[in-house]
Amino acid sequence: MRATVTVSLKTGVLDPQGEAIKSALGSMGFQGVEGVRQGKVIELDLADGTTEAQVTEMCEKLLANTVIESYRVEMGG
Amino acid sequence: MKAAVLVFPGSNCDRDMKVALEAAGADVTMVWHKDSVLPAGTDLVAVPGGFSFGDYLRCGAIAARSPISRELVAHVDRGGYALGVCNGFQVLTETGVLPGALVQNASTEFICKTATLRVETSASDFTALYNAGAEIDVPIAHHEGNFRIDPDGLAALQDGDRIAFRYTDTPNGALDDIAGILSANRRVLGMMPHPERAADAALGLTDGAPLFTSLAEALVAA
Repeated sequence: MRATVTVSLKTGVLDPQGEAIKSALGSMGFQGVEGVRQGKVIELDLADGTTEAQVTEMCEKLLANTVIESYRVEMGG
Repeated sequence: MKAAVLVFPGSNCDRDMKVALEAAGADVTMVWHKDSVLPAGTDLVAVPGGFSFGDYLRCGAIAARSPISRELVAHVDRGGYALGVCNGFQVLTETGVLPGALVQNASTEFICKTATLRVETSASDFTALYNAGAEIDVPIAHHEGNFRIDPDGLAALQDGDRIAFRYTDTPNGALDDIAGILSANRRVLGMMPHPERAADAALGLTDGAPLFTSLAEALVAA
């Protein structure tokens, strides 16, 4: 079983990498990019029976820093 | 003063920290991250700079979950002293010992230079030998030194006189120019600049030395 954890910077937290990507896209001629936020995706291969609650605990305790980051868990796949 | 300097894979300012503490008169033990106890009678735990665990996941995140970091948190909970410099500051925020977080510099660049700091308070055992308002030169060397905290957390730091150092010309985008903060009980200091690199005249800068002397004087009888 696989869980996919998507970690993003919270709204309002400056994302210098996202800003740099946005600037690069603009200089390459791509129009209409109004904002870029860079996050990370963590894929977990889990033993059967691992619960979403356990993955959420992993996020709270390690995978995300909830001071600055939010996270989303998708189970299965 | 008995000091323990924590060493993680990727720490690279650990020996500098030891030298600076010893110059101030401390009895220093290096403690490996897999150790699960601090030396008996440890007054100060120093978390050094570097790139612990390669900065994987987030700076300081893996180190903050090392066995010795549980002891660090217990030491602070008992009222013990702790100093985190650069990656050590990141570790202290990741353990929750200090509030806020350090994110990437606003410029996206690694910045390595001497920064001028203003000492904002002398009311701590780290800063007692400085005059509040004094300006000191201390090196910085970091990529994630941009201090962030929510508005309530910032107000708590400001109202509690817990901002120890501010940059006079903020290099990294840090909120409210914050370079270093104190815990509520004023026994934990986290700072991005490196006082241990400014504690020996042979290296050109000495403005960091009073921090270590101040600690040693406060903890001499502890």
